[in-house]
Amino acid sequence: MENSMMKQVAKKKILGNTVKYLLLAILAFIVIFPFALGIWTSFLPSMDIAKGTLWGGGQLTLHNYVTAFTQTKILRYLLNSLVIATLVTAAHLFFCSLGAYAFVFLDFKYRDFLFYVVLGTMMLPFEAEVIPNFATVKMLGLLNHYSVMVIPFLTSAFGIFMLRQTFKQIPRDLKEASDVDGLSHWQFYWKVVMPYSKISLCTLAAYSFLGAWNQYLWPMLTTFSDHLRPVQDGLRQLQSEETFNDWGMVQASAAIVVVPTLIVLYIGQHYFKSGLNEGSVK
Amino acid sequence: MIESLPSTKQQPKGPEANNEVTAKVKSFELKKNDKYYAWLFLGPSILLLTVFVFFPMLRTLYLSLFLTDTFGNPTVFIGLKNYTTLLKSASYIASLKATGTYVISVSVFTIIFGLLLAALANQKLRGISFFRNIFTATMGVSVSVSAVFWLFMFNPSLGILNKVVVAFGFHPINWLTTPGWAMTAVIATTVWMHLGFTFLLFFGALQAVPKSLYDAASVSGATSRYQFWHITLPMISPTMFFVAVITLISGFKSFGLIDLMTGGGPTNATNLLVYRVYKDAFMNGNYAQASTEAIILTIIIAIITFVQFKLLAKRVNY
Repeated sequence: MENSMMKQVAKKKILGNTVKYLLLAILAFIVIFPFALGIWTSFLPSMDIAKGTLWGGGQLTLHNYVTAFTQTKILRYLLNSLVIATLVTAAHLFFCSLGAYAFVFLDFKYRDFLFYVVLGTMMLPFEAEVIPNFATVKMLGLLNHYSVMVIPFLTSAFGIFMLRQTFKQIPRDLKEASDVDGLSHWQFYWKVVMPYSKISLCTLAAYSFLGAWNQYLWPMLTTFSDHLRPVQDGLRQLQSEETFNDWGMVQASAAIVVVPTLIVLYIGQHYFKSGLNEGSVK
Repeated sequence: MIESLPSTKQQPKGPEANNEVTAKVKSFELKKNDKYYAWLFLGPSILLLTVFVFFPMLRTLYLSLFLTDTFGNPTVFIGLKNYTTLLKSASYIASLKATGTYVISVSVFTIIFGLLLAALANQKLRGISFFRNIFTATMGVSVSVSAVFWLFMFNPSLGILNKVVVAFGFHPINWLTTPGWAMTAVIATTVWMHLGFTFLLFFGALQAVPKSLYDAASVSGATSRYQFWHITLPMISPTMFFVAVITLISGFKSFGLIDLMTGGGPTNATNLLVYRVYKDAFMNGNYAQASTEAIILTIIIAIITFVQFKLLAKRVNY
């Protein structure tokens, strides 16, 4: 009697699991399909793509990748983005942590007021301010120059805000102890605060890097030379340039762009998660 | 034990008190320096934010009250006339509506699918980590890569979607050149792009729900549907709210995808607010109107962000 009931429960569980696996498979398919199709297409001969033969045609080829590497500036675009994103990330880590330090460990007039001012800037979308910003960088003679894609993004209100939350959790005793030991603010910042906040700094770094890597509108407005183009705008260029729409080459370029990001993502996943929790739970 | 307490406290009293005094003196001296350190530490950030965030905002506001020449210089002060003209223009109202449709659809579908993925990935099943990895994958896909992948699928002659449509006996659809479909296409692509990130958020939230709550509910015989509505949903509602806000805000700022996929077309069907700012300023040279549009956009985003801050602050305080 009991045995048959257990069997029924087990049967029900197997059935439930089958449904779950089926749902998981369908959803995974939907998520991965646009990716997979793009990558698959990048290995097909151009002739097959043009004829619309996506499977069962000729053999797979690396020809599209050869074209992408030799006849387009995709490597240059990647390098540009890498340089820009690295500089922006480093600057965020430095300036945001200094700013956050001031808000947590320094005592000065208008501190709270200034903090609200910084917080307020998080409400103002950069996209809505491009007109005067364009005029500013033009006046400064920065148009069509690497620095124009870096200088406006050297600091981030979000970064200051996030690190301030982290720094506030550093025990006050540490600060008092360091005062007793005669550590200057600079020493305390460098020797205690920064090592203590490693995880948050990594989180910020991951965010800043991805943010800079995904810049699109601003570089499009402020740079014109192909050799300065970052990767997002480079892909746009490849797409519009190709009058024949060489889809194989475009897909190969997209694959070349997406692979490094995926690697960064899987390495940095842990930090993304902790950063998300900072944002959503605290 | 009780007696030993005061004695241990008493013994080092002398040197400790001394330390405390010196510490206070020192920290007082340091406090005097704080002002200079504050300038040094905060100066760069404040300067940058002033030049590239505050000044441009004020300047945009200023420009929105004028007529401008083709170089973007203000010529004639006209007060709020730009605003009244804009809010009466049918094309701007259409843009507002399109943006509303876009951001709300993106937000709703992202939440539904993100939650569905997370709920499934939260099951104890063999090989579940494989699915978890797949579900986060779109986080690594940037706007232009997404556009390349999806443009190929939406391609009228080569795209896989029309092959499916034709296989079912329908006429092929011009996805990106038919107004209603173009909006659908842009929404679908955006939701897909957001999925990885949203999945991660919801998954984290689901894992944080204490198991004891479910155990207690199971013991008292609550069905899993009941558990979902009365335990899971309330517990993850802060995350849901957070996702709603960030997808709304990023929807309002969405530029790259529009530029890559539709260019605001067909017949302005996907001419969202940000895209209008860009087009009016840098393509049509109408800086006054573009500034006015930018201010309206800022007000909308500022309100949403403000509500978010308020509600976050509330949650922190309880």
